[in-house]
Amino acid sequence: MSGVPVSASAAAPFTPRPTSLSSERLAALGGLALVATALLVFLTLPLATLFVRSADDRAGQFVGLANFSAYFASPAFANSAQNTLVFALATTVITVPLAFLFAYAVQRSRIPLPGLWRNIALLPILAPSLLAALSFIYLFGNQGWLKGALSWFGLQTIYGLPGMVLAMCFAAFPHALMILLAALALADARLYEAADSLATPGWRKFLTITLPGARYGLISAAMVVFTMAVSEFGVPKVIGGNVSVLAIDIYKQVIGQQNFSMGAVVGLILLAPVLVAFIIDGMVRRRQKALLSARSVPYQPRPAPMRDAVLLLFVVLMSAVMLLVIGMAVFGSFVKVWPYNLSFTLNHYTFGFEEAGVDHAWRNSVRMALWSGAFGAAVTFGGAYWLEKTRGADLLRPLIQLQAMMPMAVPGLVLGIGYILFFNHPANPLGFLYGTMTILVVCTVVHYYSSSHLTAVTALKQLDAEFEAVSASLKVPFYKTFWRVTVPVCLPALIDIARYYFVNAMTTISAVVFLYSPKTTLAAISIVHLDEAGNVGSASAMATLIVATSAIVTALFFCLEWLLVRRTQAWRFAARN
Amino acid sequence: MRVSERQEALRLEGIHKAFGAFVALQSIDLAIGAGELVCFVGPSGCGKTTLLRIIAGLETQSSGRVIQGGRDISGAPPAARDYGIVFQSYALFPNLTIRENVAYGLVNRRRARAQIEARVKELLTLVGLPDSGSKYPSQLSGGQQQRIALARALATAPSLLLLDEPLSALDAKERERLRGEIRQLQRRVGVTTIMVTHDQEEALSMSDRVVVMNQGRIEQVGTPLEVYEHPTTPFVADFLGKVSVLRAVCVGSGRYKVGRVELTTKANGVGQGQQVRLYLRPEDRVLADSGPVESMPNALRGRVEHVDFLGTYCLAALDVDGFDGQRLLVYFSLNQALELGVREGASIPFALRGERVRVFAHTA
Repeated sequence: MSGVPVSASAAAPFTPRPTSLSSERLAALGGLALVATALLVFLTLPLATLFVRSADDRAGQFVGLANFSAYFASPAFANSAQNTLVFALATTVITVPLAFLFAYAVQRSRIPLPGLWRNIALLPILAPSLLAALSFIYLFGNQGWLKGALSWFGLQTIYGLPGMVLAMCFAAFPHALMILLAALALADARLYEAADSLATPGWRKFLTITLPGARYGLISAAMVVFTMAVSEFGVPKVIGGNVSVLAIDIYKQVIGQQNFSMGAVVGLILLAPVLVAFIIDGMVRRRQKALLSARSVPYQPRPAPMRDAVLLLFVVLMSAVMLLVIGMAVFGSFVKVWPYNLSFTLNHYTFGFEEAGVDHAWRNSVRMALWSGAFGAAVTFGGAYWLEKTRGADLLRPLIQLQAMMPMAVPGLVLGIGYILFFNHPANPLGFLYGTMTILVVCTVVHYYSSSHLTAVTALKQLDAEFEAVSASLKVPFYKTFWRVTVPVCLPALIDIARYYFVNAMTTISAVVFLYSPKTTLAAISIVHLDEAGNVGSASAMATLIVATSAIVTALFFCLEWLLVRRTQAWRFAARN
Repeated sequence: MRVSERQEALRLEGIHKAFGAFVALQSIDLAIGAGELVCFVGPSGCGKTTLLRIIAGLETQSSGRVIQGGRDISGAPPAARDYGIVFQSYALFPNLTIRENVAYGLVNRRRARAQIEARVKELLTLVGLPDSGSKYPSQLSGGQQQRIALARALATAPSLLLLDEPLSALDAKERERLRGEIRQLQRRVGVTTIMVTHDQEEALSMSDRVVVMNQGRIEQVGTPLEVYEHPTTPFVADFLGKVSVLRAVCVGSGRYKVGRVELTTKANGVGQGQQVRLYLRPEDRVLADSGPVESMPNALRGRVEHVDFLGTYCLAALDVDGFDGQRLLVYFSLNQALELGVREGASIPFALRGERVRVFAHTA
């Protein structure tokens, strides 16, 4: 070090500016209390209402478990419970192996253009689950193009369980794929090298290294698919024919018969299997830690012509199916009368919407999705920040953490019914929210809170834990460091969260279907109505609009991320010299 | 220089800290003089980092007082205390340039831009990185980043500098170099400094005083030479430097019997017939190259069991005649090892420096 004379007194003019510390502490604790209260009011209390109302009769008198016994005694229940189970299990058993093979091909082989196939397979995330149901009706329905092919599989009609399972597999596939892509993304090359040095055949390496490594991913993926199918409402409605499932039972009880107590009962019943799945998943995840150590050497697959050719064929076939299913609905939305008159028309988009009175639905959806993206990203990131980077209030923390993870275990329908019971209650001072756009936004943010919360927490955990301590020692208030360091460094995660909220807000049906008013009809919900009215063309048109919107906005988000990252994240790319 | 001769900068009174049932710190009393560099050293889990974090206000003590410059700051939040801190992880803001990092605490004090700029320049020069201002932290090596963290901590001219294992993340060479630089810089700036380390060598080479901690207590406080030469507890003797521990019985004033051999020391105060442990450092010996060792007091002869070659010197484990199998570690400089023929199986004459032997009562 050079010999510049420096003394402490030389810098004496830099005397500490008195900071108002009590206010800083107050902000930290106040923020935590705010997050806890918000989660309590908009998640826990609505769900708690389910328990209360399930024990009331229609007049509001306490009847204990009478509602449950009435429901279990009805043959309709046994029927829809069985249907739901078969539907969810079949979807899981078909989707997870396909998704695993696809993920394996992308991550662990040397097929060309893995990124392209991956993106095609993830496309259905941009679409409401109903889109697949509509496509399968176009393809295999009564006027279906490939209706003849049904008889090869011994089927009379696509309506019913076969169609439901097919459409659900399509909708659930990308969700399972994302988990499995992550599970197969990292592997320790040293394990494979050790196996090679012991002359292990390929199939044995797969069974003893690859599969165990992805075990937890497989279990998680199965849970996610099963949960999605159990709480799916749109697909059975559109392509289920007269097959009844629990999710439709709820809808009928609540919207059809205004029987809130019975709705609460079915909601709780629906919550049970999902809750069990969630707890198993949680236990599995806890054991997963430290599978990969910091010393792991990333695995690079070597070319194997036979394997790569077979996997490429599979991947191309799957991608073709994905494009066919999406393309079918898009195509159907532009033709006059499927399959008789295939000339081009925009009528489904114009007159069709007008006729059904849903021409404002798309605008509502975009508005709702924009608010969910902006508001959701701010709230989720703020909540995660307060949880991760403040100190004190040790009793409040586990409560917030538990509540933040709860939405993952709550099917959308159950959340929606909780909302209707809670906010529709005459004594609730927040009742004015019912039927507004605000409640749709809040419900959507809560519905998708868990994964966004996890994204935010992961990003925040990557920051040095001592930033706040350093700032305090430099007398810089925490909010300045939040604004100058935390937010800029976490910007990519923030944009991801906003995009996730936006796309889900565009496509979601399950929770908001109980909460919309004629003024706030959403695009995805209007598909059900259009289909019910027999207007499959306009239903497809609406689904197409949603896909297009999600795709364009996703692309815009990527551009935004690219621009912002280039402007604010120069440090990420600064070359070392 | 002892504390009494300096103005007192920091005083800890009866600090006690418990995490649930686990007691991390108990009855810590310590005074630190202005301008002193004090090291808290001890094995992991001894409470040294917790103590530093209590001084910084990042942890709150269960009881006890922290007094800085005569002001009781026991309950003050971190921002109301006057210190700069450097962490093992550096904790540099990755999205800010080096200049912005160093100026981070200055900007908040509404100084003129030119004044800040001058101060940043002064500090970057001080830590020997005058041209790094426009770079980002990721463009610097670990040692350079640690220097910047030091500059940032000193920028606001705090009266106390806290260093939490500042060198642990660096490689051996860099660590040794930075040791000297930090010490030199601390002397020049004259800032009272507390450093936490688990590395006894670091503690001995850098500090004015060493605070040896174990299981939440202070074992000994003293200059590096004091704690090394005159450890007051077996733990300190064992923790700082290498040591051979011999079972022995007291056979008279300052005389102890190890196996069948009687040794004369200056350690009195142990009752005759009492079981003790003798603590000897590898350098507590006289070798044949400085005279006829056979005629010296405590003359011994040992067979070399094995030799660890450590560069400029060797460490030999000797099976000493009459010690009944108790092994003794002895240093030889490389030259001594060659001249005296130190190799496995060789029999080497030497004498123990009785005045250096530490005796501790044996508590079974």
